[in-house]
Amino acid sequence: MDPIVLILGMAAITFAIRYSLFAWPDLRFPPLVKQGLHYVPTAVLTAIVVPGMLLPDGRHWALAWDNAYLLAGLATVLIAALTRHLLATIAGGLACFFLLRWAFGQLPL
Amino acid sequence: MSRSHEVLRGARDTVPMILGAIPFGILFGTLAGASGLSPALTMAMSLLVYAGSAQFIAVTLLAGGAGLAVLLLTTFVVNLRHALYSATLQPFVRHLPARWRLPLAFWLTDETFAVVQHRYAERDASPYRHWYFLGSCLAMYGNWQLCTAIGLAFGRAVPDLAAWGLDFAMLATFIGIVVPMLRNRPQVAAAVAAGLTALACQGLPYKLGLMAAALVGIVVGVLLERRQAVEPLGEGA
Repeated sequence: MDPIVLILGMAAITFAIRYSLFAWPDLRFPPLVKQGLHYVPTAVLTAIVVPGMLLPDGRHWALAWDNAYLLAGLATVLIAALTRHLLATIAGGLACFFLLRWAFGQLPL
Repeated sequence: MSRSHEVLRGARDTVPMILGAIPFGILFGTLAGASGLSPALTMAMSLLVYAGSAQFIAVTLLAGGAGLAVLLLTTFVVNLRHALYSATLQPFVRHLPARWRLPLAFWLTDETFAVVQHRYAERDASPYRHWYFLGSCLAMYGNWQLCTAIGLAFGRAVPDLAAWGLDFAMLATFIGIVVPMLRNRPQVAAAVAAGLTALACQGLPYKLGLMAAALVGIVVGVLLERRQAVEPLGEGA
C-alpha cells in the first residue's frame, strides 16, 4: 500500500465528514433533530470512554483490580463531579492514573 | 469583545484540552514511528488528517498489516461522529462565507467542538464568535503538530513509551467534558445507554459499535426528554 494514498484518503474522508453539514448553510433542522443534537457530546464521548476503561486494549475485557484505566477513570469521574473544573479533572485523572500504574508496577521503569 | 479578544479567549479556553492532548499526541508520534511510517509521512498525517483517534487506530492497524480498504473504512466509521458535531454547530456558522466554513470544518475536533459549543451556548450578541472558534482550532492544531514531532523524536530515545498508557489522557479529557453535562435525567440516561451499547457492540468490526452506541444514547435521551415534557414536574425529579 502506498502510504501517501492512505493519508490523502484519510484526509479526504475526515474533511468530508466534518464539512458535511457546514456545506449546506440553508439547511434548517426539524425540532426532533435539534433535540437529538443536545445529546451528541454525552452519547459520543461516553461511547468512547466506557469501553476505553473496561477494554483498554480495545479487544479484551479487563475486569481486574489492577486495571488502572478503570480505577483512574472512576477517580476522574469523581474529580469531575466534585470540581466541575476541566483542567483539575484532566490533571488529577492523569496523576491518579500514573500513580496507580506505578504502584501496580505497570510502568516500564 | 474584539476579534483578537475572541481568538485569545478561544485559545485560552482550549488549554485544558491541550493538556489532555499532549500525552496522546506524543503517543501517536511514537506508535507511528514504530508502525513503519516515515517521520515525514507521520507529520503529513497529523497536518492533513488531524483526527487523533483515527490516526491512532490507523497506525495500530498499519502495524498489524491491515489493507487500505480496512483503514479507510475504519477512518470513516470512527470519524462519523464529527457529522453530528458538524450538524450541532451548523446553525452557528451558516451565516459565514465558505472561506470560514471550510477551515473551521477541517479543524473540527472533539475538543474544539466541546469548547466552542460552550461559547455558542452563551447567548451574547458578539458578532465575532467564529474568531473564538478559530482561536481554539489554532491552539489545538499547533499543539497536535508539536506533540507529533515530540513523539517522533522521543520514540527513538525512549523505546518503551508506548507501554506507559498515555492513551488514558484522552479518556480523562472526555470524562472532564461529559460529567459536567450530566445535569438532568435524560442526559444521564443517554450516557448510560451509550456506555452499555458500546460495551455490547464492542466486538463489531471497524469500530461500528461507537456510532451504534452514540445513536442509541441520543434516542434514549430524546425519548426521556419527551416523556418528562408530557408529565411535568413528575416524580419529584
